[in-house]
Amino acid sequence: MNLIYIIVFTLMAIGLVLSMIRFVKGPRSGDRALALDLFSIIITAAMVLLAHVFERYIYIDVALIYAVLGFVGIIVIARYIEGAL
Amino acid sequence: MNEILEYIGMAFILIGGIFLFLGALGIYRMPDVYTRLQAGTKSSTLGAMSTIIGVGFLHPEWFFKIALIVVFIGVANPLSSHALARASYRKGIKPKLKSGIDSYKKAMKKQVKKFNS
Repeated sequence: MNLIYIIVFTLMAIGLVLSMIRFVKGPRSGDRALALDLFSIIITAAMVLLAHVFERYIYIDVALIYAVLGFVGIIVIARYIEGAL
Repeated sequence: MNEILEYIGMAFILIGGIFLFLGALGIYRMPDVYTRLQAGTKSSTLGAMSTIIGVGFLHPEWFFKIALIVVFIGVANPLSSHALARASYRKGIKPKLKSGIDSYKKAMKKQVKKFNS
């Protein structure tokens, strides 16, 4: 059982590093916003999994708030790139 | 009964982790914005939903908030992907892979004509 947590957290960490690389070198601003979106999604999933590993119920609230704030931020950035804000 | 639920939850968590990794790999490897959106957002939606449902199998007493997060991710992630794709198109970024089909341009022209008449 413990091995599965190690594998999943390692995969998530590699995913975070890859999306950060895309965030640094992405040629246009759309790529950077997309990398940020993927970053916040991976953090949400990892936070729910940490709530199970540490047996803390409150981490699920943190994940919910993080998902909502990431969504609002991406929508605002997209409208700003479009020029409608 | 509890053992079976635990195994099902572990399988869901493993599938979710693999799909999140594949989404990040797609974002790293794909050539332009639209293919990156396609690769990144779809697989990361499935990965996050699968991981969270797996935790829900392991802890049935946390059902309500986990269902809330799953529904919210299922609604919000395609929405943000659509907004980003529309913003990149309206900014004037062309796709790198030429297919020659551009339906959104025609639809936009029709809308402008309807608005002017």
